[in-house]
Amino acid sequence: MGEQSPVLEMTGIRKVFPGVVALDGVDFRMFPGEVHALMGENGAGKSTLIKTLTGVYEIDGGEIKLGGVPVRISGPLQAQQAGVSTVYQEVNLCTNLSVAENIFIGREPRRFGKIQWGRMRRRAAELLARLDLDLDVSAPLSSYSLAIQQMVAIARAIDVEARVLILDEPTSSLDASEVEQLFRVMRQLKESGVAILFVSHFLDQIYEVSDRLTVLRNGQLISEHRVEELSQVQLVEKMIGKELAALEDLEDKAQRNRERAAEAKPILEARGLGRTGAIAPYDLTIHEGEVVGLAGLLGSGRTELARLLFGADKADHGELAVAGKPVNLRNPQVAMRQGIAFSSENRRTEGIIGDLTVRENIILALQAARGWTRPIPRKKQDEIVDKYIKALQIRPADPERPVRNLSGGNQQKVLLARWLITEPRLLIIDEPTRGIDVGAKAEIQKLVAELSDGGMAVLFVSAELEEVLRLSHKIAVLRDRRLVEELENTAGVDADRIMQTIASGATS
Amino acid sequence: MTSILKNRLFWPAAILVVLLVINMFTSRQFVTVQDGHLFGTLIDILRNSAPLILVGLGMTLVISTGGIDLSVGSVMAISAAVACLLIQDLDDQNSVGPVLLIIGIAIVVSMLMGLWNGALVAIIGIQPIIATLILMVAGRGIAQLITDGQIINVQSGPYATIASGFFAALPVALLIAVAATVLILLLTRRTALGLLLESVGGSPTASRLAGIGARRITIMVYVVAGGLAGLAGLIYSANIKSADSISAGNLIELDAILAVVIGGTALVGGRFSIAGTVLGAVLIQTLAVTVVAVGIPSEANLLFKAVVVVALCLFQSPTLREKVFGRLTPRTARAEVPA
Repeated sequence: MGEQSPVLEMTGIRKVFPGVVALDGVDFRMFPGEVHALMGENGAGKSTLIKTLTGVYEIDGGEIKLGGVPVRISGPLQAQQAGVSTVYQEVNLCTNLSVAENIFIGREPRRFGKIQWGRMRRRAAELLARLDLDLDVSAPLSSYSLAIQQMVAIARAIDVEARVLILDEPTSSLDASEVEQLFRVMRQLKESGVAILFVSHFLDQIYEVSDRLTVLRNGQLISEHRVEELSQVQLVEKMIGKELAALEDLEDKAQRNRERAAEAKPILEARGLGRTGAIAPYDLTIHEGEVVGLAGLLGSGRTELARLLFGADKADHGELAVAGKPVNLRNPQVAMRQGIAFSSENRRTEGIIGDLTVRENIILALQAARGWTRPIPRKKQDEIVDKYIKALQIRPADPERPVRNLSGGNQQKVLLARWLITEPRLLIIDEPTRGIDVGAKAEIQKLVAELSDGGMAVLFVSAELEEVLRLSHKIAVLRDRRLVEELENTAGVDADRIMQTIASGATS
Repeated sequence: MTSILKNRLFWPAAILVVLLVINMFTSRQFVTVQDGHLFGTLIDILRNSAPLILVGLGMTLVISTGGIDLSVGSVMAISAAVACLLIQDLDDQNSVGPVLLIIGIAIVVSMLMGLWNGALVAIIGIQPIIATLILMVAGRGIAQLITDGQIINVQSGPYATIASGFFAALPVALLIAVAATVLILLLTRRTALGLLLESVGGSPTASRLAGIGARRITIMVYVVAGGLAGLAGLIYSANIKSADSISAGNLIELDAILAVVIGGTALVGGRFSIAGTVLGAVLIQTLAVTVVAVGIPSEANLLFKAVVVVALCLFQSPTLREKVFGRLTPRTARAEVPA
């Protein structure tokens, strides 16, 4: 690469929100044909920096140069015209429109004001072919997986002659082979001279695909490195600003508790529970104080299995007993009365209520359980909320702030708090650590271990095998919407062992 | 100062004050005391706001759940028809007891109408705008069936009192509206109902998974809206001492929605403001009076109203405010210094 001139140069970028300095004199540069990872914990200023670049926010100070020319990016359209394209964390496409329409939305090829559908479809197919994708471009986007939708978003982004392509958490909902496919596309784009800004919480992925990385912390630039100069541990330390001594004794604890958990009373027993089209009938027993991990690829039925245990979906066959008594979980309210709590993987759409404050979000489930006629006294609310803001280190520690304004990790903690105050016997958490930073991730894992020590049963669903292995006493492996194996998490069980089951589907 | 300017209700309140000041100059009597009652344009405005306030309160709750109720005008007509039909058949239209009972019956019938709306929305799952459109269209027909297509006139003193009577120097209609407002405030803010409503409106899926029985709450809101619309219909019909199925509450749903929006409740649901809606309703009524008072030709009435409403909405838009006042404020501030 040599000493090329940067395609993007941001100097002294400053962005202030009421009461918060989100970016404080940050410098950031990118060279053509590189993958540049932007690293930092939640709330470090990554998203804000990206948004100043994409024209969502206007900067309060500093300068942005594209190709050496100072530019003022005042809106998303200007950003696109300047050659900055973005694919956001949550794919923001219209799933009810066709693939081709999504790629060309807002800039459809026209003649005399009439959209040229044929030309649009042809060009869409060509574009996708460049990404090694062969799709029916007139099919609605919703008929494709999230990974494909992501690729479509990328296709749209690169078609506008992007010099800088921003990929914000593109991999958080992809499985391993899909990630590979994405990386192949990224490398291809890199060859053609596009500078790619890559944001991901998966350190392995960063190391696999990036050339250079920039670390932010608390809205300030910490440092810029070539990837090979910095080990993962060093990187994490730079991100959180302290030595990483978080997780060392968790693993032993899981082992230690295992014997006790086996003798404990079963909290929940599912016999042949299933729902047609979602999850094949399965047996599962969860004991007091036991952490059961659900492993499997995206779409393997992990979430579907968990939802039946909360009445979020209704099972259409099988039986369920809670604490030995048969129950029919018709809806979440019934499940809550049985002491079951469920935190969904879709934090934004099925978890938080964005407009409401942190306090209101935290007390919501407890209040719902009490019914509207018995409001929780305000003093009690404040007590509970303060306690959990402190215990879970929710930041900013302001109970009256709309939860929408919190970072992903902190929203997740708010959700955990919401369920913990209902004092459940069984806590089902679906992907609690997805898309959140290392520090918050460690805190949540620690919390799960503590809860289980305190006797709470936990059903822990995660796409990350390491995490499942670290926390679980027992692991249930899913494949193709079927529970294929249940194994004790003994010393001999490792990621390879589980991967084998996922790959082969063998029931031993 | 800036925090007051930023308050969503600042501009509606400011415009209301301006309109009231205009009325102070144009009307012969703004507020006076006569025979121990308060009289004048201001009192008329407040009294005549009562039906819109009542309908607006119900609309606020419905909108906060992400719904809408287009049938309120028709429910007003039905309620008036029921009440007048029954009162007409009384031996003594001036006996208080039976009239009160009939008022109760009319309100219960209105609540049943609300129950119908709520069931269509929450149980069958029809979109609120369509579900309530059914009763909006059919309701006037039902009202006409009840009155046999006639306008029923009543001569009932007690009935007329709820529209034109006075109690403790204040109009009864206004007192009813105030009482309903206080009741709704207590119902939503002293219980957890307000929170649950805002939650359901903010995200129905997330609310369901948090264990909120959204269905029951949604139905309840439509029932309350129906009841309040029914009460509004009674005040309207008591004022003209008759049940007029065609014009009772005609187009009031639009004014009510407007009052809610002016009051700062978003049409997509979620956060709502009861006080805002009341302010919005009074503003709309004041506007109607002002149009006449300043002598704007009647054919230009609606246009004038539209202009004020558009201006108000623009003022309330944060984006526009920032653009206009972000630059204007320093300049005006400078201009004020020498003056």
